[in-house]
Formats: sequence, C-alpha cells, structure tokens
Amino acid sequence: MNLPAGGHNSIFSQISHAATSSFTEYLARSAPDMLPGARTAGAAATGASAEPLAPHATTIVAMTYAGGVLMAGDRRATMGNMIASRHIEKVFPADLYSVLGIAGTAGIALDVTRLFQVELEHYEKIEGTLLSLEGKANRLGAMIRGNLPMALQGLAVIPLFAGFDLDRRVGRLFSYDVTGGRYEEQEHHSVGSGSVFARGSLKKLWKPNLDEAQAVLVAVEALYDAADDDSATGGPDVVRQLWPVVYTVNAAGARRIPERELAAAAEGVIASRAVAGREA
Amino acid sequence: MTQQFYVSPEQLMKDRADFARKGIARGRSVIVLSCREGIALVAENPSPSLHKIGEIYDRIAFAAVGKYNEFESLRQAGVRYADVRGYSYDRDDVTARGLASVYAQSLGTVFTADSKPFEVELAVAEVGLRQAEDHLYRLTFDGSIADEPDFVVMGGQTDTLTGSLRSDWETGQDFAGVIRAAVSALAGTAANGADEGSAAPPRLGPGQLEVAVLDRDPESSRGSRRAFRRLSAAEVTEILGK
Repeated sequence: MNLPAGGHNSIFSQISHAATSSFTEYLARSAPDMLPGARTAGAAATGASAEPLAPHATTIVAMTYAGGVLMAGDRRATMGNMIASRHIEKVFPADLYSVLGIAGTAGIALDVTRLFQVELEHYEKIEGTLLSLEGKANRLGAMIRGNLPMALQGLAVIPLFAGFDLDRRVGRLFSYDVTGGRYEEQEHHSVGSGSVFARGSLKKLWKPNLDEAQAVLVAVEALYDAADDDSATGGPDVVRQLWPVVYTVNAAGARRIPERELAAAAEGVIASRAVAGREA
Repeated sequence: MTQQFYVSPEQLMKDRADFARKGIARGRSVIVLSCREGIALVAENPSPSLHKIGEIYDRIAFAAVGKYNEFESLRQAGVRYADVRGYSYDRDDVTARGLASVYAQSLGTVFTADSKPFEVELAVAEVGLRQAEDHLYRLTFDGSIADEPDFVVMGGQTDTLTGSLRSDWETGQDFAGVIRAAVSALAGTAANGADEGSAAPPRLGPGQLEVAVLDRDPESSRGSRRAFRRLSAAEVTEILGK
C-alpha cells in the first residue's frame, strides 16, 4: 500500500492500519480462530481426504432475466451415499442487492456465507455506503482463497454470486474456483454435483429477456433435470411439500419467491413431464 | 531536576471534567426520543456526510456530540464490537446494555488514565418490541452511564432543551410528532444563542438537520431486520410542514 504521509512506522500508517472497513481483516487481527479458513483438518500429512466425513451441498443454478438476476438451489445435502438433509437452504441474500448460493462442504460454506453477510453489512455501517458489486465479488473471492488449505483436503466450497449492479443497472453473475478465481458469467451458470445436467437444461430453456415468472419456471425445471440424473440433487418433494429456494434480485432489491409460486411451478413441471410420458 | 507540583486528586478530576464539559458545550445539540413507532434521533448538523448519528446493529443506534474524530472512532469501535459479538454468538445476543457498558468502561479509563479525556457525550438507543422496552443510555465523558426515560438531550444548553421538551411531552406520539417537538426545541435554543433580541426564532430547515429513526417493527414494514433508517431531506421537509 502506498501511503501519502511517511513510511510504515508513521502515525498515519498506524492509524490507517487500525481503521479497516473489512470485518474479515478485523477478525483476522483480533480473533483469527473465528475465521472459517483458519482451521485445518490436520489430515494432510496422511493424505487422507476429509470429504466423506461432512455433508455436501449440491446444485445451484443462476440466470439473468429482464431487469435482474435469479438464483435457485435444491434442498438436499448428502454425505457419501446418504441424504444428510432434505431441508437445507443453500441460497442466501448477501445484502439488499446481491445473493449467493453455495455448493461443496456445507458446514464451511454456511460459515463463509455468514461471514460474507457480516462483511458487507460491516462495510456499509463503517463507510456509510454500499460496496460496488465488483467489490463484493472480490471480497467473496478472497474468502474462498482463504479456504484453499481445506479445499486441498477435500473440504472445498464453491459459491455462485449474483447481484444487481447499481451503476450499470443490470444483473450480473460471478462464478469461482477453489483458489478464489473469479469469473463473470453471461446469461446463466450452475455449480455443484448436478451442474452438468442443469447446465444442459438451461441451454435449451433459457432465452433472452425472460420475465421473472418465466425465469422461475426455467430455474425449477433445470433443477428438476439435475435431480433426474444426479442422485445428490433433490427434486421437488410433493410428499413433504419441499420446493427449491429461489431468490430474484432487481433494482428494487433481493426478494425470496414465495412457497406457493414455487409449488405451482414445480407441480407444473411434474405434470407436463407426466403427460408427455417419455423417458426424458 | 524539575520539581513536580502536588495537585490534589479532586482538583485534577475537576480540571479534566471542566475541560471536557467546555468542549462538549461548544457543539450543537442532539436529541434522541422514544415514541410509539420507535426511536427518533434528531441532530442539528449542517454536514450531509459527517454524521453524528449512526447505525450500530439491527435494533441499536448511536448518537454523539463533541469532537468528531473522537466519537467517530468510538462509533466504529461500537460497530466492530457488535458485529463480532453477533457473528460469534447470535444476532439476538447483541444488546445496547452490553455496548453501553463497554463504552462506559473505555470512557472511564480514558478519563482517569489518559492525558486528555474524550470531549464527547454519547447516546446508545435500542428499540424494543413495545415502547416500554425501549432503552436510551446516555454516556458522559467520565464514563458515567444513565438509563433515561422518554428522551435524551446532549450537547450545549441541555437544561433549556430538556425543559422545553418536558413541558409539552406526551407519550404515544408518532415519529412526526416527536421530530417536530425536537426540531422546535433545537430552533428555540439556536435563537437564544444567536440573537437575544430577535422575536421569531430562525427555522431549522432540512439542510441543517440530520434525522434518523429506529423502526419498531422493520421486519413487517420493510422486510429487513435492520431497524435503522436515515430520513431524506424530502421526508424531513414533509414532517416539518410549511
């Protein structure tokens, strides 16, 4: 960092060092053991992977539509060949104008989500303004990079980030790799174990300038296709009345799509597939 | 070798208190009021960006008078304290009482141990689910803490302001009512301070005011758990009327 006044021992340097707007940086300095990436499983020496020990969260799909972005996630977490949870939620509002979805090790991913939400709110309170969408995407990348040692032991977290860019007035999507690399995606994207099937489905179903209701239908159908071929992705559960979690973000902010709209969309997909009576 | 003169502890504390009081009395006042709809925070502040009122956490706000650099660092420390606490325990475990006692401890330590006391006075407000559950804590430069009912007045001329507010105070008012009361009290003292002879007190416009509220039920009114909301100049104009 280039400091305008004096070197690294100047008063200005000390003050600016103490006054960070980042909650993560503050935690790293004052209570590093509370950061999700600060723990290591300690199994690296033996080469054993911790992967089968912890529940995994699976498929997330996201797409742009006219005036915003949408993100949807199924409700299943798996542990090896077992279903660890049927109720897990994997898409969260990050702040007023952005959402994130998580795939990978559920426990760490939920911690990263919580930290990211506090990070954005903390910045807003300290600085009095919202972070830019790019800034938020970069902060999330830094957190995923912090988890790299755990990822190498099999406990990877892969998020998908979507938000409304208040400067450009468009919805944007960002995907990540385990090293924290950040890639902007166009039109649509998916992550998680069922992402291959969801992506194929999205390629056929997504069209430019979908409205919000159509985008919800496309997301529910893409998750249905993922669940059809991936055992780790949960389909719509009509017995327990469990539907995917869907958030939209537009100029008015993030909004969770109500259960009854999702029930109607999921039942519509199931009915149309049943009527067609075909293999796929 | 220089001779150290003896100063009695009483004299030392009195000097420090006088010094801090003088610094605080120079500043413009801030009023925090509890009402039916929540808590209103009203400050006389011509700057639109150097705030005297700030958000700390979901249901907690902060207001201060005195030296900007000192209370701004205290505000940021408060935000950090609240965010760390909420992150390590749960959001419900962050309370104004906990925050106020941390503030009281640090103000008290600085007052006795440091070369110069903080020239600030703080209010920490927490909005409850009912008006009876609202908490307004006032913290002074020496670390004393008080839980005040109805409203807190800070800054210069507190006695005059408190008197004029108390004389026509009624519980169960809405935001517009208490904000109008606070602004007219502030305008009254501004007139006394500026010009004793002038008949009509100069009106305080939205340009000289900083107003924020803590909504009692933000979950149902705005779908957010964060109760703090800054009022825009247009909203303040509408409340104050013509």
